[in-house]
Formats: sequence, structure tokens, C-alpha cells
Amino acid sequence: MRKRHTPKDRLITVALHVALAAGLFFAAFPIYWMLSSSFKSNTEIFALPPTVLPKAFTLEAYAAILGDPVKLRFFFNSYFVAGAVTVLTVLIALLAAYGFSRFNFRGKGSLNTLIISTQTIPPITLLIPFFGLVVSYGIFDTYVALILTYLVFTLPYAILLMTGYLNTLPRDLDEAVAVDGGSSWTALWRVIVPISLPGIVATSVYTFLLCWNEFLFALTLTKSTSMRTVPIGIQLLMGQHAFEWNQMMAMSVLGSLPLLLIYLVAQRFFLAGMTAGSVK
Amino acid sequence: MPRQKRSRHRLKRAVAPYLYLSPSLLIIGLLMLLPMVTVIGYSFQNSAVLRRDPSFAGLKHYQAIFNDPVFWASLWHTLYFTCMSVVFHMTIGMVFALMLNSDRINPTLRNVLRVLYILPWLFTAVIIAVIWRLLLEPNGVVNSVLMQMGIIGSKVEWFSSPETALHAVTFANIWAGYPLFMVSLLAGLQGIPKDFYEAADIDGAKAYQKLIFITIPQLMPIIISISLLDFIWTMQVFPLIWITTGGGPIYSTEVLSTYTYKLAFSSYNLSQASASAVVILLISLGLTLFYIRYQKAR
Repeated sequence: MRKRHTPKDRLITVALHVALAAGLFFAAFPIYWMLSSSFKSNTEIFALPPTVLPKAFTLEAYAAILGDPVKLRFFFNSYFVAGAVTVLTVLIALLAAYGFSRFNFRGKGSLNTLIISTQTIPPITLLIPFFGLVVSYGIFDTYVALILTYLVFTLPYAILLMTGYLNTLPRDLDEAVAVDGGSSWTALWRVIVPISLPGIVATSVYTFLLCWNEFLFALTLTKSTSMRTVPIGIQLLMGQHAFEWNQMMAMSVLGSLPLLLIYLVAQRFFLAGMTAGSVK
Repeated sequence: MPRQKRSRHRLKRAVAPYLYLSPSLLIIGLLMLLPMVTVIGYSFQNSAVLRRDPSFAGLKHYQAIFNDPVFWASLWHTLYFTCMSVVFHMTIGMVFALMLNSDRINPTLRNVLRVLYILPWLFTAVIIAVIWRLLLEPNGVVNSVLMQMGIIGSKVEWFSSPETALHAVTFANIWAGYPLFMVSLLAGLQGIPKDFYEAADIDGAKAYQKLIFITIPQLMPIIISISLLDFIWTMQVFPLIWITTGGGPIYSTEVLSTYTYKLAFSSYNLSQASASAVVILLISLGLTLFYIRYQKAR
């Protein structure tokens, strides 16, 4: 056991806590500032000296956002597109992961490498051909265009994440189904799906977040205000209202709520998803 | 089992994986691999996308890009932005992970801080951009505090002066991205066997020696793979720069992604934009190859 009572040792402990506090300030102050600004009036945001706590606490920015059907539509679009993509991605990825995890077949290794490498394809490279495709199929400025696009980007991560999860499950259970004469399809739905719920949740969370955050394709493949998602909405707000900073911050807070809630409620799943791309 | 039935069963097992994989492969093939071929095709055409029967352009668009000083400036900015980001993501992530892993802090505090330190990661690039624009406004809180402390004499226009803009966007990106390293390294630290440190203690090793000879070598695989991924992803950053500076002022924060985007959707020069997109693709593929080799060798 280490000795803990020498003065030098105590000094190190104190220094560590000071460093931790500095780290906390670095990590959290910008977010605190967003939150506190969203409860200020637009004039108070630039008051000198700056007010750390809102002096005249007001919900006017939130009222302005939530009372505006145009802005509510941004939120609806984001939830709708992210929700639809999540359902599709998880379903398709589950099938692929099952194939990868429970079968040996020719080309398995190269397919796996292919899927890993698609994670790093630059979005900007796909943007131009997608734009061409979307325009020529007449789906420019529609949900379909966004959903198809997002599906491509979320699928590789979802497959890797699900395969990783299925690999941790014992094979005895699905082999038991096979011995009873059941097909692999039966084994998948009767045995694998019910016990993979944690993996399915982690994959859903991650897929949802990827869609919720997407900017480049939403910017390019949609045009009318009624098709825009939250990230684009924030950008539009910045241009239109000549810097209504409090509204911009309120919209940012509202736009971050799904992520914050998921993180606080399901931290484990969240981290499993966020690190999935990097750790095998 | 009768022989016939068994062979049918075997056939089913042989075909099944391909069936399970087919929806995914179809989507990846049609919407990822095919578009990659398409964009390469575009880069060799005149008026790609815009005309129905584009003529062959040869290497014209590539020449145009390589002769464009803005392209080279973008490449340099991308490199600076990416290298600085990765180095600082790694350093900050490492320092935070080591601090959180120390047994000198109490477990409750550790858990609370871990949650708070991850915060920047939870915010969308657009929101991060908006937050930093507010903080770094000429009349904003950063300027007013720095002036009060006497560090700067007059208001600095962080995002709109060519001398500071690139540093400012890089700083915002450093802030936004360190948690990936922190989380991964923290997981790595917890995986290092305790015996290593006990053995070192018996030999009378100092704290910094344990760091250099045990901790860092043990974390090396994580450091290398996360750095490569971070490098590839940071190189592709678009929204943060688009919203904070839009590549300006006077191209001082133009990176490859904003350069390509403007070529395509401001100048509608989709052929030249495709050539630029192919260059980005090649750089990414090179790094990806490196990453996969490394993962396999491990």
C-alpha cells in the first residue's frame, strides 16, 4: 500500500483536484454559456461585464421557438427522418450481422474489410453523385432522399456494432433450434433477437444520433423550409434573424435534448455506440 | 437424417449467409460503391450532371485543380487543422483519462466528472459552431474576460480576421473532439493488469517511469488506431467550418471539403468539384488502407 500522509503526497492530491477543476471549466463552460444565454434577453447576452447567471431570467426565446410552426417542423423532420432510418438500419444490419456472426462462407473476410473501410469514405465525395442521382430520380427535396442517404452512412457502423454484439452470445442456443429441425431464420427471431436487445438498443441509439447530427446532405438534398432538419434550421436562423442569439441558443438546447436524454438515461448504450467505430 | 434431407440442409446453410447479407450488400453496392465510380466518371466529363451528354474532358479538371492556388491553400489548411486537432485530442484525452483514473479522487466525484468531461461530444457540429460563435463574438464573453485580464488590448475578431480564423476553428474542433480519445483511453487504462504496476513498485519505479514504461506502451494500440480514425474523420470536417467562417475570410479557413462544396454548389462546376472529391477520396483511401493493415497486424 502506498503511503498517503506525507506533505508531498497531499500536495499532489491538491494539485490533481485543481487540474480537475480546470478541466471541468474547459469542458463545460461553453455548454453552460449556451444554456444560460438561452434564458437571457438578447441585450443581456452582450452585457458588460458578462452576467454568469441570467439577471432577468426569461423564457421568451423558448416561447419564440416553440410558438413558431416553421421551427417546430424542423424538429418534426429531424425526428421523423432519424426514426425511420433507425428502424430500417437496425433491421437490415441485424440480418447482416447474423450472417457474419453465425455462418462461415466464402468472401467473409473481404466483405468484412469492405464494410470497415466504407466507414471512412468522405461524405463530400458521395455528395456530388448523390445530388446527381437524387435530381435524376425526381426525389430532390423529399424525405426519401434523406432516408436513403442516411441509410448508407449508418449501415456500416450498425453492422459492425451488431456483429460485435452477436459474437458475444453463446452459440448453443441457436444450435439447439437447429437440432430441433428449426431453420436459421427461426433461430434468429425466436432466440437471437430476444437476447440481443441491449445490442439492438445500442445500435439504435447510435444510428439515431448519426442521423440527428447530419448536416451536409440535409443542406444539399433539401431546399424548401418545410423539408429542413434541425441543424439546417439553426443555420437558417442565424442568417434570417440578424443574430437573435438567445433564440439560436434556445434552439441549440432543444436540438441537443435527444442526445442529452439518451446519454443520461442510457450512458452504457451510448458509449458502446460512440466507440463502436473505433474499437473492434 | 436421410441423406437427401441432410444435403438439402447443407445447401440451405451455404446459401443462407448470402441471403442475410443481401439487403446490406445491395444498399452498399448501389448507394456507396456505384456512386464512387460515378464521381470518378464525372471528374473526366465536361459539365457533369448538368448536361445529358457530357463530353470527355480527360485530365482537364484535375489540371485545373492542381493549378488553383486556393486548392493548395485548402490542402494546407486541412493538414494544419487535422494535425493540430489529432495531437491535441490525444493529449487532452490522455491527460483527462489519467486524471480520472487516479486513485486519489473519490469514486463519486470521478463518475460525475467523467459524465461532464464527455459533454462536448454530445453536441452536433452545427451547435458547437454556434456556441463558439457566441463565445468568440467581438463583443462576446471571451474577449471581455481577456481584456479585463489585460491579455488582449482590443477586441479580437477571432473568426473574421485572417490571422486568427484558422486557429479559432481549430480550437473549437479540439474542444469538440477530445472525448473520443478520453473514453477509449480510459477503457484501455482499466484493462492494464495491476500486477505490472505492483511489480514496478517493488522495483522502486517513480510515477513518471511507470507512465513511460508501462502505461503508454500498453495504450499504444488504442492511441494509434484512434489517431488514424480521428485523422480520417477530422480531414472530412465540414459543418463546423461552414457555419463558423464559411471558409473565409479571404480563404483563410478554406479546407478541402468547403473548397469542394463551393465548387459544386456555389459555382456549379460539378466536374471540377468531382475531381477535387476524388482527390479527397484517394487521400482517405490511402489512410484507410493503412488503418486496416494496422488492425489486421494487431
